[in-house]
Amino acid sequence: MKVAVLRFPGTNCEFDTQYAFEKLGYTTVLVWHKEEILPKDTDLVVIPGGFSYGDYLRSGSIAQFSPVMKAVVNYANRGGKVLGICNGFQILTEIGLLPGALKRNNNLHFISKLQKIQIVNNNNFFLSKCHKNEILNIPIAHADGNYYIDDQGLKELEKNDQILLRYCDEAGGRVVVNGSVTSIAGICNKEKNVFGLMPHPERALELLLGSNDGIKMLQGFEQ
Amino acid sequence: MKAVVNVYLKNGVLDPQGKATHHALESMNFDGVTDVRIGKQIILQLKSEDKEQGLKEVEEMCEVLLANTVIEDYDIEID
Repeated sequence: MKVAVLRFPGTNCEFDTQYAFEKLGYTTVLVWHKEEILPKDTDLVVIPGGFSYGDYLRSGSIAQFSPVMKAVVNYANRGGKVLGICNGFQILTEIGLLPGALKRNNNLHFISKLQKIQIVNNNNFFLSKCHKNEILNIPIAHADGNYYIDDQGLKELEKNDQILLRYCDEAGGRVVVNGSVTSIAGICNKEKNVFGLMPHPERALELLLGSNDGIKMLQGFEQ
Repeated sequence: MKAVVNVYLKNGVLDPQGKATHHALESMNFDGVTDVRIGKQIILQLKSEDKEQGLKEVEEMCEVLLANTVIEDYDIEID
């Protein structure tokens, strides 16, 4: 499997992401944002975390106009799989591949900690190796993770099983972490080929570092 | 010609910065405030001298980049 990991000025999780997918045995290619085409035979595009363009104007707002994003939109519209982690999720909402928007955390703090996350739906590639309602321990690190969508949009997400992950406590109860609508931590598009989440599965690969729950998330893309 | 764009969170979308600032004002005994909303102001120098054309251009800029209309509203002043 070939994974294309995008890189914008200000991206800082590209090497962790590359390490994670290579650890799982996949081939990875770093793709600079000025590229106009994706590598041949790309099976998955990952937009990693960081602070593309310094989060100027709004997180992810300027990166959406990088040349490579045109190729990503075409790739996604043809059914190609795209995963956006943290800043990648913000970019995917800004460009409109995913619905809603990510606002400043409700407590205005940058939140960086290991967080319990519940699998809400697993009938998609990404979470196919996880069980429904399973609780995973995955790091979060963001200032703009407060997911917003209007009531109508939320109903659509629920109806189509597009809500992937929610912040929760040990017992699986929803918790308010950053103010997200119904504690949403990750979603996908209606066609279930574009995925976005604020938590960082690529940082949860080793028990020594607190959790290896990220492995089964990233393995979901294995065909 | 100058265009001033004000971008702010839509009514009904919680503004955490506005809320924190409101609390801070209250703690300083400024109790005459009922609500605080914080936005940003973007000042553009335009090549065009035609107000109507300038407004049209800036509106397009707002829709495409300057505002995220999922959560934000904007207004434009041209002079």
